[in-house]
Amino acid sequence: MYRSILIQPEDFSLDRALTDLKAQSGLAGGLCFFTGAVRNSNLDETVGGLYLEHYPGMTERQLDLIVDEAARRWQLHGVIVVHRIGNLAPGDNIVLVAVSASHRGEAFDACEMIMDYLKTNATFWKKESIPDGHRWIESRSSDQVKATAWDA
Amino acid sequence: MGQSDIEIMLEAPTTVGALKSMIKLPNGASLSEASLTQTIMAAVDQEMVDDSAMVSVTSEVAFFPPVTGG
Repeated sequence: MYRSILIQPEDFSLDRALTDLKAQSGLAGGLCFFTGAVRNSNLDETVGGLYLEHYPGMTERQLDLIVDEAARRWQLHGVIVVHRIGNLAPGDNIVLVAVSASHRGEAFDACEMIMDYLKTNATFWKKESIPDGHRWIESRSSDQVKATAWDA
Repeated sequence: MGQSDIEIMLEAPTTVGALKSMIKLPNGASLSEASLTQTIMAAVDQEMVDDSAMVSVTSEVAFFPPVTGG
């Protein structure tokens, strides 16, 4: 299975990911893409931007383990994960998870599982700019519930 | 946790939990005291662990708040 895991300040291209996944396997009949983007408001406050931090080395390794788990559960042809770090503005892309499989079912499920595990297991932290200054974003228990559901 | 890195000399292997009581935050409280009121996650040699995990004398240990990527 083809895999590409990138952590980078630069933006990514969905077209490029689509082209790569198709080029890697002629069996890729179902391709699913998830993109997370920066919102302009959170908890009733205007958000001017986000700062994203990670744990170099560990974060890459965890993403690799998450993709391993997806590949163990479903017959996949390719997985691309790109997560941005550094300063981002409202509307900017944060994360891309792109999965190719023979049919849509595996692609949808694997894409969702990778995102759910990424939210709870990958060492990234977000700080947002609000009118009064900055605040670190707190984790949401609903994310933990979603990730745990895959363990059942 | 307000500090990027510190070096602690261990004479013998210990647990993550024991290490937490050795580390003091800038406000004087230990990490184990701080973990009563907030969730503090831990990794040993870049692998997520709980308080019972062993720390060797050469381990890289990280403490951090719950993750919020994606």
